[in-house]
Amino acid sequence: MAEKKQEKKPGQAETSITPHIQVAFSPHFSDYSLTTQKVMMDVLIALIPVTGMAIYYFRLYAIKQILVCLISCLIAEAIFMKMRKKPFSLFDYSAAITGLILGLSLPGPAPWYVGVIGSFVAIGIGKVIFGGLGMNLFNPAMVGRAFVMISFAGVMAASGYIDVKGTVDAVSMATPLNAFKQSGTSTAILDLFLGFTNGSPGEVSALACLLGGIYLCIRKTASWEIPTGVIITVIIIGGLSDFLSPQEGWTLFHHLFSGALLFGAFFIATDPVTSPLTPRGKFIFGAGIGAFVMLLRLFSGYPEGVMFAVLLMNAVTPLINRWVPHKTLGERKKQR
Amino acid sequence: MAQDPTSFERFIQGIIPENPVYRQLLGLCPTLAVTNNMKAAMTMAGAVAFVLFGANIVISLIRNLLKPHLRIVIFTLTIATFVTIVDRFLAAYMYSMSKALGPYIPLIIVNCIIIARCEVCASKQSVITAGADAIGQSIGFGLALASIAGVREILGTGMFFGLRVMPLTWPDWVIMVLPPGAFFTLGLLLGTFNLIESKMAKNKNKG
Repeated sequence: MAEKKQEKKPGQAETSITPHIQVAFSPHFSDYSLTTQKVMMDVLIALIPVTGMAIYYFRLYAIKQILVCLISCLIAEAIFMKMRKKPFSLFDYSAAITGLILGLSLPGPAPWYVGVIGSFVAIGIGKVIFGGLGMNLFNPAMVGRAFVMISFAGVMAASGYIDVKGTVDAVSMATPLNAFKQSGTSTAILDLFLGFTNGSPGEVSALACLLGGIYLCIRKTASWEIPTGVIITVIIIGGLSDFLSPQEGWTLFHHLFSGALLFGAFFIATDPVTSPLTPRGKFIFGAGIGAFVMLLRLFSGYPEGVMFAVLLMNAVTPLINRWVPHKTLGERKKQR
Repeated sequence: MAQDPTSFERFIQGIIPENPVYRQLLGLCPTLAVTNNMKAAMTMAGAVAFVLFGANIVISLIRNLLKPHLRIVIFTLTIATFVTIVDRFLAAYMYSMSKALGPYIPLIIVNCIIIARCEVCASKQSVITAGADAIGQSIGFGLALASIAGVREILGTGMFFGLRVMPLTWPDWVIMVLPPGAFFTLGLLLGTFNLIESKMAKNKNKG
C-alpha cells in the first residue's frame, strides 16, 4: 500500500537536517545527491521569473508582501521547531518556499498583518502540527491563505486588490476574473498572457508561470502529470462551456491564462508531500483540481477557486493513493 | 472495588483533573457550537449546570429504585424534564438569547456529560456527593466554555462580553467566529492543556 519510503545516506546521522526522502514506489533507483535542499532550491530557481515579473509590475507592493511573508515564515519555522525540540531546519528552504508562495498569492495592497498571520498559520497549523515537513496533509501556503482569506474578507477578496491611491497603475483596476464576473468586462488575451493585469503578484503573468513550471517539470522536481491534468481538464470544461453557453469576450484562453490557474498548477499543486504517489494518481489529482477550479469559477460566488480546489484535492489524496495503487513488478491480476 | 470518591474529591475532580471538556472530551457539541461569544457560552454553561444539578439530585434520590436495564431511559426522562424547564425559562425571560441558542438548549438532553455523571456518580452515591459532583463538573464545563469563547470572541470581534477590549483598529479574525474557529481553538487549547499536564507530571516524578 501507499507508504512513504524513507532512505538514509549510509552513515548519515539520524538528526540530519536534510534527510534524503524518496517519495515513490519501488524500485528505488535514485540519486543520493537529490536532497530536500536541492529539490527546494530548484523550486526557488523556478520561481525567479514569477517573482521578477511580480516585482517589475507591482514594485513596492510585491516586495513588501514577499518580504513580510518570507521573514515571518522563517521566524515561525524557527519558533515552532524549537517548541517541538526538532533540529533546526531553516536551511532546507522549505519554509522559505512556503513564505514566497504565500507572499506571491496575497493581494499587493493587503496590510502587513495579513502576511504575518497567514505565515504563522501556514507553518504552525499547516505544517508543524502534523509533524513537520513531509507529514502535512494540506499545502501549508494554501492553509495560511485560506485562513486569512476567510478571516479578513475585506482586504483579501476582489476589492482588496484595488488601491485607488496606489503609486502603481496595476492596482487601480479590478482583477480580470472579477471584472468579468461583476460587469462582464473582458481583458485582452495578450495582457493576460504577459501579465499586465491586476491580481496577486505571482499569478498575473501566465508566461512567467509557464517558464518556471516547465523548468520544474524538465528537472523532474515537479511531476508533469499534475499540471497536465489540470490544464487538460480546464480545456475540456472550458471548451464545453464555450460551446454550450458562449460568453462574450470570455473564452477558453481567458480561463487558461487568467487568475492563479497556471501558478497553482505548476507551483502549488505539485508539492510532492500533498499530492498522490503514482503517475495515474497524480493525473487524477490534477484533473480534480482543474474540475473544481472550473466549477468554482462558473457557478460559485468567488471569482477564483484555485486555493479551494487544491485544498479539496489535498484532502482526497490518501483516497486516491488507495484507489490507484502501484502495480508491483510481476504482480498478477486478481482472480474475480 | 476501590473506595468511592468522597464529596469533596468529586467536587475538586470536576474542575481540573477530570474536566468534562478538556479531560473527558464530553459535551463537545455545545462546546463547538455556542462558543462564538461569551454571553451565549455562559448562558449555555448555566443551563447545563442547572440540568446537571437537578438530574444528579433526583437520580441520586431514586438510585435504589432503578432497574439496571431501564436506567438509561430513566436518566433521559429526568434530564428531559429539567431541560424543558430551562428551555421554557429562557424563552420567557431571555427571549433573544433563547433565539440565539436555538436547538442547542433542547440538545442538552443528549449532552453526554449529564448522562455520564448520572451513570458514574449519581446512581451510586448519596445525594450530597451527587450534588457536589454536579457543581464541580458544572464549574469545569463553565471554565472550559469560557476559555474557548473568550479566545474566539476577543480574536473574532475584538470584544469580551460585548465590551470592546481591543483597539478599534483591531482587524476582526472573522474565521474565529465561524465554525472552523471553534475547532482551531479547541484543538490548540486542548494541546496546551495536555502540554501543561505532562510538564506537571514530569515535575512530580522528579520531585
